[in-house]
Amino acid sequence: MSTATQIPFVEYLNLEPTPHLVANECTSCGARYFDRRNACAGCFNTEFTSVDIPTEGVLRSFSIITFAAPGVEVPFVAAVIDCGGTSVRANIINCPPDPEHVSLGMKVRLATTVVGTDSAGVEAVNYGFEPA
Amino acid sequence: MSRSDDIWILGIHMTKFGKHPNLDVVDLGAEAIHGALADAGVTMADIGIIAAGNLLGSGSIAQQLQKQVGQTGIPAYNVSNACATGATALRTVIMAVKAGEVDMGLAVGVEKLAGAGLLGAGGKPKADNDEWARNGRFGAVGPVDGRIGTESMPGVFAQIGMEYGHKYGGADFELFAKISEKNHSHSTLNPLAAYNKAMSLEQIMNDVMIAYPNTRPMCSANCDGAAAAVVINGEKLKTLSLEQQRRAVKVSASILTSDPWQEACQVLPDVNTLTRNAAHQAYEQAGVGPQDLNLVELHDCFATAELVHYDNLMLCDEGGAVDFFESGAPYRDGRMPVNVSGGLQSKGHPISATGIANIWEVCQHVRGEAGDRQIEGAKVGLAHVIGLASACGIHILERSAA
Repeated sequence: MSTATQIPFVEYLNLEPTPHLVANECTSCGARYFDRRNACAGCFNTEFTSVDIPTEGVLRSFSIITFAAPGVEVPFVAAVIDCGGTSVRANIINCPPDPEHVSLGMKVRLATTVVGTDSAGVEAVNYGFEPA
Repeated sequence: MSRSDDIWILGIHMTKFGKHPNLDVVDLGAEAIHGALADAGVTMADIGIIAAGNLLGSGSIAQQLQKQVGQTGIPAYNVSNACATGATALRTVIMAVKAGEVDMGLAVGVEKLAGAGLLGAGGKPKADNDEWARNGRFGAVGPVDGRIGTESMPGVFAQIGMEYGHKYGGADFELFAKISEKNHSHSTLNPLAAYNKAMSLEQIMNDVMIAYPNTRPMCSANCDGAAAAVVINGEKLKTLSLEQQRRAVKVSASILTSDPWQEACQVLPDVNTLTRNAAHQAYEQAGVGPQDLNLVELHDCFATAELVHYDNLMLCDEGGAVDFFESGAPYRDGRMPVNVSGGLQSKGHPISATGIANIWEVCQHVRGEAGDRQIEGAKVGLAHVIGLASACGIHILERSAA
């Protein structure tokens, strides 16, 4: 068992009690955002509340990326997942990156992967989605 | 000073798209301006406003160009709106002319992009041995591009096309490749295109995969180029020669929209809603419908993008883009020719020039001056661009009645 301290790769990923995404939901119209917003882009309201996003979803779109910026491992699958009505951007992981194994409409679930370890021994943990 | 609500393109010019190693952006922009002024039969002394775009440049392109073609002290606007930069420059000039502040104005877009690589992707990686530190509005400890989906243009637009396939079915790799085959075939008749060789479906599908389902020839071609247009109001046009009046092209609609909020737009740019909104406004302003168009130049930055815009521009029924393509409609001999210039995939996409170059193409046809690729009897055409983030420009152009 690893004793390494872990932190989420992005602030909207919660690792406890089990890994899941958290969105800022507009208290007026219910629009959800993964980044911080000064006001809701839909209705201009300035109050938000935190909501947990379902960890299972459906693959709504994808592309298999073979050319990417330096430092990015290719090929990888970039995707949009419909998680119970909230759209999420993620890589498809734990799955061969080819059109035979990735298909529109397939069911997927959230999974985590360690991105790297810093000089203090802290692991950064990212999320992706894997075939369910 | 004259004023009228009628807006016309008096002169317009597009440089050869491709590699221009011996010309800088100022040379290319000045060439486009001189071409447009000559086409219009006017000089810089007649121009009351200039708007210019050069997205990847250092700024002040309008003033840099004035120093080459004429420093007359007129207001100069430097505009920037991603791939819609050229259309935004034109729209800026049209607003000034329509407002009656000037009789005549000049819009120009220029880009040097030959040899540029993948656009859109990137991010600063963490230096070795550093401790994790949070950055940006997602509080990420490293670049999200490639780790949480993609920010590369081929990948983003691939997903836009695939999403259409998920919603309506029928859109697969081969269909997208056929769209590209059409545009490469069209470009063989366009001497100003960056690439004008036909490519077989097999060649396109077997070329280097960039972002599935977009192979290299299915991506817009990075190249150098410029385009410029002289805009005039209807009252002033009446004072010019009959020949100038005959060749002037009416701007029946000039529309610019941005992307309204949609549920998924934070994870995948929505290029659909703003295009549909712009199309609705353009058809209403022009008093024409999609069935009245003789040709369309739309923003095929990737083969996957062309498909969705058949639908967004209402060239087909909602959800019917695949059937529309397979019916043969968007081929140059079809009932609704799309991208007879070769489109961005083979004519090329020098970003800031694109939103004026597509208007040049439509003008050539409605003037009956398109040479070998003339769409016979063309009277009305539509030019569309998308700049990601996002902006959409649509212009509807009509042959002069004079």
